[in-house]
Amino acid sequence: MSEKHVDEISGVETTGHEWDGIRELNNPLPRWWLWTFYACIVWALGYTVLYPAWPMLTEATPGILGYSSRADLTTEMETAKLAQGDILAKISQSSLQEIVADPQMNQFAIAGGASAFKVNCSTCHGSGAEGSIGYPNLNDDDWLWGGDLDTIQQTIAHGIRDAVDPDTRIADMPAFGDMLQTNEIRQVAAYVVSLTGTPRDVAMVEPGKQIFLDNCSSCHGEDAKGNRELGAPNLADAIWLKVNGEAEIAEQVRAPKHGVMPAWQARLSSDTIKQLTVYVHSLGGGE
Amino acid sequence: MNLYTANHLQPAGGARISGNGAGGGTGSAPPSEPLYEKRQKIFPKSVKGRFRRFKWLFMVVALAIYYLTPWIRWDRGPHAPDQAVLIDLSARRFYFFFIEIWPQEFFFVAGLLLMAGLGLFLLTSAVGRAWCGYACPQTVWVDLFLAVERFIDGDRNAQIKLNASPWTFAKISKRVSKHAIWLLIAVLTGGAWIFYFADAPGLAFDFVTGQAALVAYSTVAILTATTYILGGLMREQVCIYMCPWPRIQGAMLDEHSLVVTYNDWRGEPRSRHAKKAAAAGQPVGDCVDCDACVAVCPMGIDIRDGQQMACITCALCIDACDNVMDKLGKPRGLIAYATLDEYDSNMAVATNGGQTVIEPARVRNADGSFVDRIRQFRWQVIFRTRTLIYFGIWALIGLGLVYALLARDRLQLNVVHDRNPQFVLESDGSIRNGYTVRLLNMVPEPRTIMLSLDGLPQATMRVVGITDVPGQIVAIPAEPDKAMALRVFVTLPPDRDRKLSQVPEFRFVAEDRSSHESDTYNATFNLPGGKK
Repeated sequence: MSEKHVDEISGVETTGHEWDGIRELNNPLPRWWLWTFYACIVWALGYTVLYPAWPMLTEATPGILGYSSRADLTTEMETAKLAQGDILAKISQSSLQEIVADPQMNQFAIAGGASAFKVNCSTCHGSGAEGSIGYPNLNDDDWLWGGDLDTIQQTIAHGIRDAVDPDTRIADMPAFGDMLQTNEIRQVAAYVVSLTGTPRDVAMVEPGKQIFLDNCSSCHGEDAKGNRELGAPNLADAIWLKVNGEAEIAEQVRAPKHGVMPAWQARLSSDTIKQLTVYVHSLGGGE
Repeated sequence: MNLYTANHLQPAGGARISGNGAGGGTGSAPPSEPLYEKRQKIFPKSVKGRFRRFKWLFMVVALAIYYLTPWIRWDRGPHAPDQAVLIDLSARRFYFFFIEIWPQEFFFVAGLLLMAGLGLFLLTSAVGRAWCGYACPQTVWVDLFLAVERFIDGDRNAQIKLNASPWTFAKISKRVSKHAIWLLIAVLTGGAWIFYFADAPGLAFDFVTGQAALVAYSTVAILTATTYILGGLMREQVCIYMCPWPRIQGAMLDEHSLVVTYNDWRGEPRSRHAKKAAAAGQPVGDCVDCDACVAVCPMGIDIRDGQQMACITCALCIDACDNVMDKLGKPRGLIAYATLDEYDSNMAVATNGGQTVIEPARVRNADGSFVDRIRQFRWQVIFRTRTLIYFGIWALIGLGLVYALLARDRLQLNVVHDRNPQFVLESDGSIRNGYTVRLLNMVPEPRTIMLSLDGLPQATMRVVGITDVPGQIVAIPAEPDKAMALRVFVTLPPDRDRKLSQVPEFRFVAEDRSSHESDTYNATFNLPGGKK
């Protein structure tokens, strides 16, 4: 391979190798390619100095610019928070009524409330606030404690039957199984059903009404339409929170089941509770 | 190599024989020839004539349209911009005089692009590369830049001399002023572009006072660079090396397409000493080999080599040759627009069907006029099946677009049913469904739109933020040129006889009672136990 071989046609030296009479020209690299290559090396050197590059034992070399994608994220999150700052401050200083009256604040509060609802409330109330047996549907117009803005806010902040919060709402229906005969309970159940439907035995309605007036009307009212002061549900409407049918009504009279809702003021900021309130109020049943 | 060069040989000798089997032309280059061809500078000579006049006229009209269009005002009332042609990217509206296009109506633009494409096919199959020769922005701006060059440097000969001369003060000052004017034109070109995307007078003020958006400055910078480089420095190389269209056009042309043609059946054998040769009894064609056609060519080619890819059919060689023929007292049209069909037929006459070299005696009578068998261009060839089909499709798309434009809705309604909950039972036993209703008021005027329910006779609705009182019809104040999203609750009163599995279908109806425009949207009303 020591002797040089020059291609006759092009006058260019070959690499000296030969395969079946075919030789490879040993042309120099094109200058533009070479310079691009050198430029890449210079670029790479600069890059490794400026940016995180060399893997060490615990982390990579930081680079003198101190760049990190995590810092980028933090900055972006701060920018986003800053962008919300104005309207959050406005919401914080406004009453619920003012928020609802202002289209911009209202829109922001509904969006923010919806987001907070999905995280904190949907476990019990469902992702569309549609509720289920024992957990109230927040879309409808039937409210145990009231459906205006301030009442909703109070309920969210202090919860229901949450022993931790001294201001929590408490409604405690006694277990009538100790006070009434089984037959009397059936009669009162028949009467309650008769308010919105047809009971199994119409003959039981009349004595049931008397028992209701004697025992239940103090909380649920003589017309059985409930009492929001006490959280006593309206029994004369179409909506049943915990029961379905006469037998279940009787069982609820005998030994009532009570739900608990946590007080959220310890876990959520008052601004978030305001937004949640506006969101729940906007679902269609707000008063 | 296209259709035309396939019929030619290298212009080596004086006379050439027509025919396909007569050799491969430039196909077999020797291996020592470099692949890279150094650019030969071109100094096109100025020329006068009818095509030149048409090109000037076309250039003025085209440039005027480009530069002035954004400044035309068009009153659309207080709720829309008053610029006749405006592509408002931030508001996502496109305005063209009396037409306003929303993003979802972009198919109008797609239709126009289809028409432009088909129109190019139509134009090319009928009159050859007329787009390249007259209308292409590259051609128009190069023509403008060449005019500036001639104004500063003088015509072809002066330019060649100046190019070869050393760098004297005069040369430097000429070069500086030429490039300065070119750059000025380039800046104005790039500058005019941005006015299509914003209010022109406002943007012009902001631009000059440095308040315009960065994207405006960068757009102008990029377009300035491309105009200056493509139109001033690269010129014909753009057409030859960069543009795909010349290559596509090879497939678009057929034997009935009009192209700029050197009629060698009457030009050959060419001679610079025609009189001497004629006196010696040699056959002499009309071409006196004066090279006027070569001197004026902005692409630097010789049209006498036959139709070639680099020829943009600007027809300046026709003007140059016609001027020479006029001086010689010969009929015009040695270089002319001709079809391959007619050229081949005439060539067959001149060469006796390809059996001899071109013999001038075969095409001329004794008095110098052409024999009857020589065919002249007939404009009827433009109307042939191919062009009629192109025109038919083109016109059909156009009519379709016009129909779509006239029939389109300026009031649109979209309804989405709430996903969750599907329905809500109210305390009185009635059922409520929630909907998001998108109402699009696509005219730049505020309107009152009546929203009603069709097919749910007992139902009432309430629109959040508009009315809290349930009703059958709700008047919506629609903002001009806006889409609004409404929360709508529809309530159906309790009905003991209703079958639970029934899912009533009904329609939302939006109506503008003053203009009688309306739109409807089919929706369902979900009930407990209904089919989901």
